[in-house]
Amino acid sequence: MKPSRIVITGVGLTAPNGNSLTEFRQNLLNGVAGIERREIRYMGSQLAGVCHHDALRHQTKKEVRVGTRAGSISVYCAREALADSKIAWAAQAKDRVGIYIGCTEHGNVETENEIYNISKFNYDTKFWSHYHNPRTVANNQAGEASLNLGVTGPAYTIGAACAAGNLGLIHAAQMLRLGEVDLAICGGISESIHTFGIFAGFKSQNALATHADPAKASRPFDKARNGIVVSEGGCLYTLERLEDAQARGAKIYAEIAGYHVNSDASDYVLPNPVRQAECVRASIRRAGLTAADIHIVNTHATATPLGDIQECEAIRAVFGEGCPETHINNTKSYIGHCMGAAGALELAGNLPSFDDLIVHPTINVDDLDPACALPGLVLNQPRKVAKVDTILNNSFGMLGINSTLIVKRFTP
Amino acid sequence: MTKDDCKKVVLDIIADIAPDEDLTNVKSDVRLRDQLQLDSMDFLDIVMELRKRHSIEVPEADYIQLASLDSCAEYLTPKFNALSAKS
Repeated sequence: MKPSRIVITGVGLTAPNGNSLTEFRQNLLNGVAGIERREIRYMGSQLAGVCHHDALRHQTKKEVRVGTRAGSISVYCAREALADSKIAWAAQAKDRVGIYIGCTEHGNVETENEIYNISKFNYDTKFWSHYHNPRTVANNQAGEASLNLGVTGPAYTIGAACAAGNLGLIHAAQMLRLGEVDLAICGGISESIHTFGIFAGFKSQNALATHADPAKASRPFDKARNGIVVSEGGCLYTLERLEDAQARGAKIYAEIAGYHVNSDASDYVLPNPVRQAECVRASIRRAGLTAADIHIVNTHATATPLGDIQECEAIRAVFGEGCPETHINNTKSYIGHCMGAAGALELAGNLPSFDDLIVHPTINVDDLDPACALPGLVLNQPRKVAKVDTILNNSFGMLGINSTLIVKRFTP
Repeated sequence: MTKDDCKKVVLDIIADIAPDEDLTNVKSDVRLRDQLQLDSMDFLDIVMELRKRHSIEVPEADYIQLASLDSCAEYLTPKFNALSAKS
């Protein structure tokens, strides 16, 4: 039996440089980064991508206080995606809605906060918060969204390191095809800037970016790149089976064309370009396409010296020199690494290319690293192109998880 | 500390843990749960804030004493005064 066609019908997001798809896209085309300096506990001033959306737009003050930052970002993105989809939410059967949210990690923020809190009380654990467990359970982001929305269908997270944003969408497409739900709210969320541990961990790995100018700090493919800018963010989509979306006259952003997920099985942190290339190839094959059919490749590159080269090696292996209509870009150069939200946000930033035929560039490349000099790389200035019918989105993560998602222009 | 002072201490805590609530007309003799959106976790917050801010311990068996502002004042004022007598 032919699997159901799955389409994207709504987008809700908050990124360090925009709180809606329109604002985000405009800033990607205008070269506006969203990195700033932020005080990080124990570490002092660090570079970070901070979201500035209005949490109280969709939550009470008490919900914000009791819940987590990740949960709050989830609620914002879910509500914005639903509004964008124009689904008649009041009439929607809430038990037929699934919430599937990719996350890199969760619970570090709250655990660090509680340890800091009890340090003020001589480490007496009677001062440990009774909210600790609901705040730190691994399904927190999805659970808070289900509470806020009254969703009684499945709501859970998918832990997949920095490949997680893509995984949220992929899992949702699978659940829709299985008939488990009729509507999926899916994507990725991260609150990582609120945990000092992730900054300290990258610093100890010599993988934390530094730069005098925050806007220039995240510089994938540049010779002088020196690491990751840690960011928070969120992007959730509404996904539906095509027939359901058409029945209600929904606006369709794109159709899920293909995807693949695999594992390196080779190292805790070092990427493996052979497995990455296998992942990209398999996703193209499963979409029924060839490499030359891909018009935009959004790279995962995080601006680590080695990781960028390895992804470029994988892309070169798949696309070689023979794909003149394939344009390659990177979104982290604007917003840093939004961790579990990265894949979902980076896909969103490219979706408007179906309409405007413009590929947003990778910014901050003053001196292109020859090892990253891929044909088709779009550098520093947006590129108007003849055709955008497909977008391939790479997201890779620690412990060697790779995910590639391809969406295509919707044609009935 | 007077009972009115004690009620203000409790209201200050509630203002922080239930920031959406209008506390201007809270009735002293009516159960807090009957006039405000407070759940059992919020009462644990009140207990925690009394501990953190004022070093007051409320054993679980006595949580019922926190039902209204009047009962809070009856129960907590002697504890506050005993504490200040010690220090």
